[in-house]
Amino acid sequence: MTEQKERELYFWLRLIREFEDRVSALDKQGKIQGGVYSGKGQEAVVVGVCHELRPDDWIFPLHRDLGAFLVKGADPKRLMAQILGKRDGFAKGKDSFLHGGDFSHCIFGATSMLGSTLPVAVGTAYKFRIKKEDRVAIAFFGEGASSRGDVHEAMNFAGIYKLPVVFVCENNFYAYSTPNELQFAVEDVADRGPGYGFKGDVCSGNDLHSVMKAAKKAIDRARGGEGPTYLECKTYRYHGHSEHDRATYRSEEELITWESRDPIERWEVYLEKRKYNRSAIQAETAERVRKIVEDALAFAEASPLPEGLEAMEDLYATPVTED
Amino acid sequence: MQVTYIQAINQAMDEEMARDGNVLLLGEDVGVLGGAFKATEGLHAKFGSERVVDTPIAESLIVGAGVGLAIHGMRPILEMQFIDFISCGFDQIVNMAATLRYRHGGQASCPIVIRGPCGAGVHGGIYHSQNPEAWFFHVPGLKVVAPATAYDAKGLLKSAIRDDDPVIYLEHKFLYRRIKEDIPDTEYLVPIGKAALRKEGRDLSVITYGSPVHAVMKAAKDMAGEIDIEVIDLRTILPLDWKTIRASVAKTGKVLIVHEARRTGGIGGEVAARIAEELFESLDGPVVRVASKDTHNAFATSLEDYILPNQEKITEAIRKLAAY
Repeated sequence: MTEQKERELYFWLRLIREFEDRVSALDKQGKIQGGVYSGKGQEAVVVGVCHELRPDDWIFPLHRDLGAFLVKGADPKRLMAQILGKRDGFAKGKDSFLHGGDFSHCIFGATSMLGSTLPVAVGTAYKFRIKKEDRVAIAFFGEGASSRGDVHEAMNFAGIYKLPVVFVCENNFYAYSTPNELQFAVEDVADRGPGYGFKGDVCSGNDLHSVMKAAKKAIDRARGGEGPTYLECKTYRYHGHSEHDRATYRSEEELITWESRDPIERWEVYLEKRKYNRSAIQAETAERVRKIVEDALAFAEASPLPEGLEAMEDLYATPVTED
Repeated sequence: MQVTYIQAINQAMDEEMARDGNVLLLGEDVGVLGGAFKATEGLHAKFGSERVVDTPIAESLIVGAGVGLAIHGMRPILEMQFIDFISCGFDQIVNMAATLRYRHGGQASCPIVIRGPCGAGVHGGIYHSQNPEAWFFHVPGLKVVAPATAYDAKGLLKSAIRDDDPVIYLEHKFLYRRIKEDIPDTEYLVPIGKAALRKEGRDLSVITYGSPVHAVMKAAKDMAGEIDIEVIDLRTILPLDWKTIRASVAKTGKVLIVHEARRTGGIGGEVAARIAEELFESLDGPVVRVASKDTHNAFATSLEDYILPNQEKITEAIRKLAAY
């Protein structure tokens, strides 16, 4: 890996954390109306996967993959406007957080029905296949969503046609409050991959190297016509399910243990091992990401709220009138 | 050219698939078998297995994959083997497809058609007789059509395939091979959102759609010397052709709504409410409904006869309303 790439990866990790920390702070200040789902602690997963992608590959992020939007190229300004429900957001204020995708960067907006994007990702991959396009679809989902029927139906179909899709499972050990042992009877959900006729792979979602290596293999497999991969990334969210969840269902010790495996600190240690000037890179990156987030927030705050009547727009391709 | 209702449906798909290489078909047994009712017969041989896809039994996947194709400019036709099974794809329809354009602030289009055999009268029992339009009537972002004739079956399906929004296309299985009519040899479309005035009349308006259109027409004809009945076939349920309804109600002042779907929470309730709200001054009597009884689609012939609307029940309701 070149120094430039190593630094760039660090920049993405830090930008995501800065952005999400700011969003959490805005939430505490009462400046965000809807739910906020922090992916803090899980940054290496989205960076490791999305960094391997081409601009015309499609991603289907899950509800806490704000970082995936950023790495895939979404404008931080519009993303912040989206979160504040402003007109310059992707949804133009019509829905909150990550429900508005950014089609210009091949980012699909999720619904709140977790795992429901997997059939859509599979349909996209089917289109890539029959139109002989050299593109892949990446479907992110949580281990919680792995219990849903949509996930099964999508994987089953993708297996039959060996579609160019990677199913990235972010296993953060809790579906809201429900621990893994109450969600499934296996250690690794990726074990299910072979049941659909494709490979299951497990990596450390807090170790960027581990994610990148596994993601590259899975993406290469998809591009090479060898079919899907069930890629499980074991990770942990520092915050509750949403900002108003105090996560009393887990122990302080557990959180501290995972914080000691922080993906960003881990990458800093790696940069240090490479004999780079860690503190200089840290300071320089901190300034850079702070500026981006400041600018994004200033833009979003200046963006107008939509007018009430706009609630009736974008329902149909051409407005439907009954008269 | 004389065609049956189901042949008209087959022709519409055939023509659209030939016209546009981005039109494709997904469903259970739609390929080699040609569909449980043979609606897709011949299409697999003609267009191949990439475009006529036999899917596993997975309705949520069928609809969801359809959305994934549609956002990339494809125009998938998604068959529910029986429309009753649409409940298994419900979330993908109401939360994924219907909200797609909206929650992306207009960036996304979702040109999918979900079609399948609906309706009773063929002793299908609870799970092969349903009329699910009311479930979707409540959902903005969707369109719902229900043709009653072979002409409309073809023209509406072609329009649905070309439409840039999700369309639920309800084909009534009772009509599949029971009606046959001449349709043009040349291409035509039937616009979504436009009702058909099937018969002009002065005394009373019957607003209906789907299979009961035929019973209503027969009743109107049989009562011709007695009551001058106007018949409106809605054809599209969502969005309603309010203009046609309003003009008819203003003319006759009396309205009977007939649908095969059950009465409570049905389309008729909304039509009646809107007439009451906006056309109260035009009315000379209560807005009344003939619909299926508020029970499940029971199997035994005697039960089905009791539940479903028929010419006799329609005639009785017309007489009562006309005398009001």
